[in-house]
Amino acid sequence: MKLTLKIWRQKNGNDAGGFVTYQANDVNKDMSFLEMLDVVNEGLIAEGKDPVAFDSDCREGICGTCSLVINGVPHGGQKATTACQLHMRHFQDGQTITIEPWRARPFPVVRDLVVDRDAFDKIIQSGGFVSASTGGTPDANAIPISKDASDAAMDAAQCIGCGACVAACKNASAMLFVSAKVSHLGLLPQGKVEKDRRVLAMVKTMDEAGFGNCTVTGACEAVCPKEISLDFISRLNRDYATAVFKSAWGAK
Amino acid sequence: MNLDSKIPSGPLASKWERHKFDLKLVAPANKRKFEVLVVGSGLAGASAAATLAELGYKVKCFCYQDSPRRAHSIAAQGGINAAKNYQNDGDSVHRLFYDTIKGGDFRAREANVHRLAEVSRQIIDQCVAQGVPFAREYSGYLANRSFGGAQVSRTFYARGQTGQQLLLGAYQALSRQIGLGNVQMFPRTEMQDLVLVDGHAKGVVVRNLVNGEISSHSGDAVILATGGYCPVFYLSTNAVGCNVTATYRAHKRGAAFANPCYTQIHPTCIPVSGDHQSKLTLMSESLRNDGRVWVPKKQGDNRKSWEIPENERDYFLERKYPSFGNLAPRDIASRAAKEACDDGRGVGPGGLGVFLDFADSIKRLGEPAVRERYGNLFDMYERITGENAYKQPMRIFPAPHYTMGGLWVDYNLMSNIPGLFVLGEANFSDHGANRLGASALMQGLADGYFVIPYTIGHYFASHKQERPSTSHDAFKSVENEVNQKIQKLLSVKGGRTIRSMHWELGRLVWEKCGMARDKAGLEEAIKRIPQLREEFWQNISVPGGANEMNVALEQASRVADFMEFAELLCRDAHHREESCGGHFRTEYQTEDGEALRNDQDFSYVAAWEHQGVDKAPNLHRESLQYEEVKMTQRSYK
Ligand SMILES: Cc1cc2nc3c(=O)[nH]c(=O)nc-3n(C[C@H](O)[C@H](O)[C@H](O)COP(=O)(O)OP(=O)(O)OC[C@H]3O[C@@H](n4cnc5c(N)ncnc54)[C@H](O)[C@@H]3O)c2cc1C
Ligand code: FES
Repeated sequence: MKLTLKIWRQKNGNDAGGFVTYQANDVNKDMSFLEMLDVVNEGLIAEGKDPVAFDSDCREGICGTCSLVINGVPHGGQKATTACQLHMRHFQDGQTITIEPWRARPFPVVRDLVVDRDAFDKIIQSGGFVSASTGGTPDANAIPISKDASDAAMDAAQCIGCGACVAACKNASAMLFVSAKVSHLGLLPQGKVEKDRRVLAMVKTMDEAGFGNCTVTGACEAVCPKEISLDFISRLNRDYATAVFKSAWGAK
Repeated sequence: MNLDSKIPSGPLASKWERHKFDLKLVAPANKRKFEVLVVGSGLAGASAAATLAELGYKVKCFCYQDSPRRAHSIAAQGGINAAKNYQNDGDSVHRLFYDTIKGGDFRAREANVHRLAEVSRQIIDQCVAQGVPFAREYSGYLANRSFGGAQVSRTFYARGQTGQQLLLGAYQALSRQIGLGNVQMFPRTEMQDLVLVDGHAKGVVVRNLVNGEISSHSGDAVILATGGYCPVFYLSTNAVGCNVTATYRAHKRGAAFANPCYTQIHPTCIPVSGDHQSKLTLMSESLRNDGRVWVPKKQGDNRKSWEIPENERDYFLERKYPSFGNLAPRDIASRAAKEACDDGRGVGPGGLGVFLDFADSIKRLGEPAVRERYGNLFDMYERITGENAYKQPMRIFPAPHYTMGGLWVDYNLMSNIPGLFVLGEANFSDHGANRLGASALMQGLADGYFVIPYTIGHYFASHKQERPSTSHDAFKSVENEVNQKIQKLLSVKGGRTIRSMHWELGRLVWEKCGMARDKAGLEEAIKRIPQLREEFWQNISVPGGANEMNVALEQASRVADFMEFAELLCRDAHHREESCGGHFRTEYQTEDGEALRNDQDFSYVAAWEHQGVDKAPNLHRESLQYEEVKMTQRSYK
C-alpha cells in the first residue's frame, strides 16, 4: 500500500522543529510500524539525507523504548499494543499518518521522535525499590503471599515505563506510572515495610520533575500498552494520604 | 597466552565454599577507594553494579539504551531455574548441575556449572525479597513449571514476563544505589573500546549517543556485561541494538574469545514473513509444556491444519524422543523441525514452519486455564500474524536466540586480561555447546549478585595498582583510534545502506553457519566475509555527522564489528570437526541423525587470540576435565 507520512523533524533540543511530508510507496501489511519507518529511512539514506531518528530496541512490546504518537494517539491506538507491535494491516492504502514524539515538558525532545525520559528513572531512584541488599534474605517460601495479592502486584508491575500515559495526559501527569510502582511494591509484604517513605519520596520527585496533576480523565489508561488500571491511581492517592497523615502526626 | 582456569582443588561440591574462604578480602573502609566500570545494565550488569555499590565500591555503569531498565534481559519470557525442590519431585543442586552439563553436551566446565546450581537457590530468595512477583499457588507458595531438557519442575516465572520482573528487581536495586550516589549511571552511552595500562584493564572509551562526544573513564577494574551477539545473523530474537562491539573490541585488545560457534537456535519463534523484517519474535519455550509440535505426514500437504486427521499427523518430537517429548532440548527440537521442513513437510509460506498445537490442552484444561498461563503470548502471536492460536495451531520456526560463546573467563569470571571481568551472556562459561531454557537468567544473576562480589575483591587485594588518570597516553591513543574509525565510517559515502549490508552478512552466516554447518559451506563463508567487509568499507553510506545523535552511525559502528566477528565465528565452526549441542556439522552425525561428538579430539574450550584483521586467529585450548560426571552420548529418547 501507499501512505503519506507527516513526520516531526527536529535537529536537536534547541531547534524549533516541524512536520515534513514523505511518501511511503512500498508498504506491506505484515510490516510493523517501525519496520515501515525503517524502509522510509532506507530511502532517505539512499538519497544521502538524514534518516528519521526514533527510539526502539526489543521490538516486541516489552522494553518500553519505542515512543511514537501516531495520528495523535501514543502508540497508535490499538488496544494493548506498543508502536513496535502495531502492524500495518491496521492502516488503509492511501491514508495520511502523522507521527510525532511524546509531547510533555518533563520529556524534552532530543532529536526528531526521540525524547529524554530521565525523569522516570529519577522517580524510581528516589524510592521505587525495596531496600533489600544482596544476601541475607530468608527462604523465598518463608512468607506465603496470597495469589490474589501477588497477581494484583503483577498487574501493576507489568508497566514498561514507556511514558505513553504522560504523553496522553493533557496535564502531562505521571500518576499512572508512579501508581503502578507504588502499588506493585506496596501490595507485597516485602514492600510494605517502606510503603510510606516510598510514596512520599516518589510523589515529591514526580512533582519536582514538572509532571502535572491528575484530573482523572482516564486518557492514560486508554493508551497504556500494558493496560495498567486507573484503580492503581486511587490506591496511590490513598497510600499518599495515609503517609502524609502519619508523618504529620509523627506516627512511625 | 595463559589460560589458567583457576578451578579450585577439592571435591566438586565444596569447591565454591572453599574458594570463597581462600579469596582475599578488601576491608570495608578500603572499598570506596576502588572504582569499578560496569558496561551493561542487563541482569548481569545491573545486579553486579548494585551489589558492588552496596558493598562500598564506587561504580560507574553504562548502557546504550535511554534507561538501564530497557536492557534486553527485559524480553525474557519463560522463567528462571533454581534447585529449590519446592515440588518435591526429585530436584537437587546435583540434578540441576547434571542437567546443565548434559544439556550443554559436555562442553561446559564442571566447577562453574556446579557453582551456578548452588547459588541458584539464593537467587530466588533475593528476587522475592526485592518484590519480584513470581507466580504463586493458592497456598501462597511459589509455583513452578517445566522447561526443556529437564524432567523436574524447577522453573520460577512471572506470567510470560519473567525477564522483565527480574530485570526490574535488579534495576530497582541499581536505582537505589544511584539515588544514594554510589553508582553513577551513563545511559545512551556506548562503549567503543577498552583501555589497557601495563597489561591491566583500566578503562573504557565511550561515545555519548546524544551529542556524539567521545570520552574516557578510568577504573580499577572493568566489567563487561554486554550480552550476546545473535544479531550477527541479522534476524534473531534479540533486540535490534544487541551487538558484539564491547566484547569484540576487548578481543582485539587481547581478550580470548571462546567457542564463538556455539550459538543457540530456538525452536519456537514466529516464522519470517518478508524481507522488511527487522527481528524475529520468540514464543516462549514454556508453550511446549502444553503445546504439541507436529507436521503433516505427507509431503506438500496443503490442507488446513484442522482438515488433517489425527492419523495423518506426525508429532515428531513425541515420536523421536518419547521420554522428553515436546520438551526435548532446544538444539534437538530445532534440528528436528528443520529436518521435517527439509523433508518437504513444513507448513505455511515457503514450507518453513511447523505447528505448535494447543487443541488438546484446551480440551483438557479449558480455554481459560490456557489463557491464564499463556495469554500474553497468544496475544503477541495474534498481533504479529493476525491469527488466533486458540482456534488454530501456531506456526513456528527456529531462529537465532542465544550465544553460548563469549569472552573466555576463568573461575573468577576474569578474562585473560587482568582486571577485565565478563558476566552474563557475554562470557562463555556455563552453558557449553547448548543452553537449557531458563538458565540464562539464572547465570546472569548468579554472576552479578553472587560471584563477582567475591572474586573482584580478590583481584583488588592481590594487585595493588594505581588507577591511571584519563590523561594517561593510553587513553589518548585509544580515543584517537576511536575518532578515526568514526571519521572513516562517515567518509566512505558510498551507495549501500548499513541495513542492506547487515542483512547480506546475516543471511550468509545463517545459511553457512546456522542450524547445520559443513566444511565446504564454512569455507565459502570464510572466503566471502572478507569480501563483504571490503565492500562495507568501500561502499557504505552513513549520513550525518559525528557530533550529534546519529542512529545510522551507531548501526554502522556495530555492523563494522560484526563484519569481522562473523569470520571468527565461521572459523571456529570450521575448526571444530564434530557435532555438539548447537554446533551441528552435517559430516558428523549418528545413523539416526543425532549430533556425534568427538571427545577424543575436541573436549576442550576453543579460545581464540586475535592476530589482526585479515589474519587467521591463534587457537588456544583449555581442556575440559570431568571429575564428577561421565561423558556420554546425550540421549533424550
Ligand atoms: C526473547 C528472549 C527470551 C528469553 N527468555 C529467556 C528465559 O525465559 N529464561 C532465560 O533464562 N533466558 C532467556 N533468554 C536469554 C536471556 O534473556 C539473556 O541471555 C540474558 O538476559 C542476558 O543478560 P545480560 O545481562 O547478559 O545481557 P543483556 O540483558 O542483553 O544486557 C546487555 C547490556 O549491555 C549494554 N550494552 C551492550 N553493548 C554495549 C556497549 N557497546 N556499550 C555500552 N553498553 C552496552 C546494553 O545496553 C545492556 O544494558 C531470552 C532471550 C531472549 C532474546
Ligand atoms: S521497542 Fe521495545 S517496547 Fe517497543
